[in-house]
Amino acid sequence: MKILATVKRVFDTDGKPKLTADAKLDVSSIDCKLNPFDEYGVEEAVRLQEKGIATEVVICCVGPEEAQKEMRTALAMGGDRGLLVKVDNTESLDTLSIAKILAAVVKKEKPDLVILGKLSTDSENNQVGQMLAELTGYPQATFAFKLTPDAAGGWAIVGREVDGGTSDVKVKLPAVITADLRLNEPRYASLPGIMKAKKKPLEITTPEALGVSVKPAIVGIGYELPPARKAGIKVASVAELVDKLKNEAKVIS
Amino acid sequence: MSNILVVAEHLEGKLRKATLPTIGFAKKAQALTGGKIIGLVLGHNAASVAAELATAGVDHVIHVDSPIYANYLAEAYAPAVAEIAKVKGASIVAAPASTTGKDFLPRAAARMDAGMISDAIEVFSHNGAVGYKRPVWAGNLIARETSTSAITAVTVRMTNFDAPAAGAAAPIETIELGFAAPEHTQFLSFDQVKSSRPELTDAAAIVAGGRGLKSAEAFKMLEELADLIGGAVGASRAAVDSGYAPNDWQIGQTGKIVAPNLYFAVAISGAIQHLAGMKGSKVIVTINKDGEAPIYQISDYGLVADAFKAVPELTAALK
Ligand SMILES: Cc1cc2nc3c(=O)[nH]c(=O)nc-3n(C[C@H](O)[C@H](O)[C@H](O)COP(=O)(O)OP(=O)(O)OC[C@H]3O[C@@H](n4cnc5c(N)ncnc54)[C@H](O)[C@@H]3O)c2cc1C
Ligand SMILES: Nc1ncnc2c1ncn2[C@@H]1O[C@H](COP(=O)(O)O)[C@@H](O)[C@H]1O
Repeated sequence: MKILATVKRVFDTDGKPKLTADAKLDVSSIDCKLNPFDEYGVEEAVRLQEKGIATEVVICCVGPEEAQKEMRTALAMGGDRGLLVKVDNTESLDTLSIAKILAAVVKKEKPDLVILGKLSTDSENNQVGQMLAELTGYPQATFAFKLTPDAAGGWAIVGREVDGGTSDVKVKLPAVITADLRLNEPRYASLPGIMKAKKKPLEITTPEALGVSVKPAIVGIGYELPPARKAGIKVASVAELVDKLKNEAKVIS
Repeated sequence: MSNILVVAEHLEGKLRKATLPTIGFAKKAQALTGGKIIGLVLGHNAASVAAELATAGVDHVIHVDSPIYANYLAEAYAPAVAEIAKVKGASIVAAPASTTGKDFLPRAAARMDAGMISDAIEVFSHNGAVGYKRPVWAGNLIARETSTSAITAVTVRMTNFDAPAAGAAAPIETIELGFAAPEHTQFLSFDQVKSSRPELTDAAAIVAGGRGLKSAEAFKMLEELADLIGGAVGASRAAVDSGYAPNDWQIGQTGKIVAPNLYFAVAISGAIQHLAGMKGSKVIVTINKDGEAPIYQISDYGLVADAFKAVPELTAALK
């Protein structure tokens, strides 16, 4: 079974965002990193390879030249090779454009399983996996916390985290899975892993070479900062807290 | 035509409350685009849902009844939503930003070649088009976006729009689509967390606990307090991951987005991913033994205390 695991280079959202005068995001002092949700996807792919279920794991990213760094981080966890679809100004692409480019990659690579993260922690779309599934005609199992593939039978059973509980679905391979945070616990790359990753093949291609041209439908107008919440007061005792809740905030009668 | 299609969410013959703010969003969008608000029910033996939806503020209801919608599957929903959107001339297709809406709507969007906005919290007029606001960066930034595709798919954040006032019953149209059941996906089971407490997403009060509670046993004292004030119980991701609370209780970027009148954060430090899910709460109360915990920066009332002492004391005081 061949697995394609996608990784996105995201802004590190632990840093406080700053805006420019024209309401754009000031990215000059923001670090980038591998999207945390993709670490869960890559980990799952690598575990399936270690169990002998996956025969090949390809790490794929749509991003600028610099994204090779995040791809090497993923390759240090495991996997065989990388495929970067080079787009300089990735932020100007919308999710459907990314999904179209990834669909062209799927067409070329023909994986049995495509594993994405469920969400980009910076742009927070939660869309690309589902769109890719439609464009490729594959079934989808989103928000996965348990993945049990039966490669020989050509199926996978996926446990999904949904509102109100959990749900199991059975998908025929090839399929698209999006990883939730309880799927596994991603490893820290070991030093030998990092050394090995440096030597793994990393091919660079372009949307044009894959035969896709995209025109984003969603256009960014600008950003604003959310209204700040002010710190309130500290109370000295439970009695004072009860008094404030009853008589000041009036949220308890 | 520029109608607005609202895909209803339902369970066991009842409209799920998450649908109502989505209609509230549609009303605001309709003020900008004109057209009709069309509610869509995909289900099997769900006539009760269609009837409920008809009085929930929509102009028209479409009811598609087929066994293939008996158990929700994105692969069944997406083609139906895309087809109805086309036939009914929708320019906006909206669904709640629930795990269901987030699952099928992007798939339907790709099918319609539509741009998509996730978690809309506001709509506004932008150069004659519709502009949308949505939180990004774990809620630390609000993006303003617009769409150039003929149809735009939108999931709507439940906490940011009101349910419209109930109106006279809109006409219900029953349609047959004739799609076959998806071949590549099979629904196996839905394991529902049953609870007598209100749902987190519409509770007026929430008592949430964090890793500092150190056991599932300790959550019992939160449950007691929640029951006393008619609230729901929530948890941080660390508490869920440690096995103290079920995953359905998780609040935050990866869990539920809540905005109750009263939120108790007990032994929760206040990571941005947690704040992303609860900082819209009206009154936030923190109980933490570390007076420097970041959660105090957004709390209205903070009590620096050991939860094991303060929570039972609080419960006793409120009895
Ligand atoms: C991609 C991503 C997504 C995430 N999504 C979410 C999410 O949706 N929701 C979420 O919550 N987190 C999320 N997280 C995790 C988040 O970063 C934090 O790790 C988590 O919120 C910490 O939970 P906590 O506050 O319970 O634990 P801790 O940070 O360990 O805090 C425990 C607190 O308990 C206090 N305490 C200890 N003992 C007592 C006592 N006896 N009485 C009173 N106070 C006590 C301590 O002072 C401390 O402040 C996410 C992380 C990532 C990377
Ligand atoms: N530029 C990209 N390159 C590769 N994968 C991506 C890219 N953007 C999104 N993805 C994948 O799609 C998932 C969901 O992203 P999103 O829909 O943006 O929240 C991410 O976790 C990634 O696995």
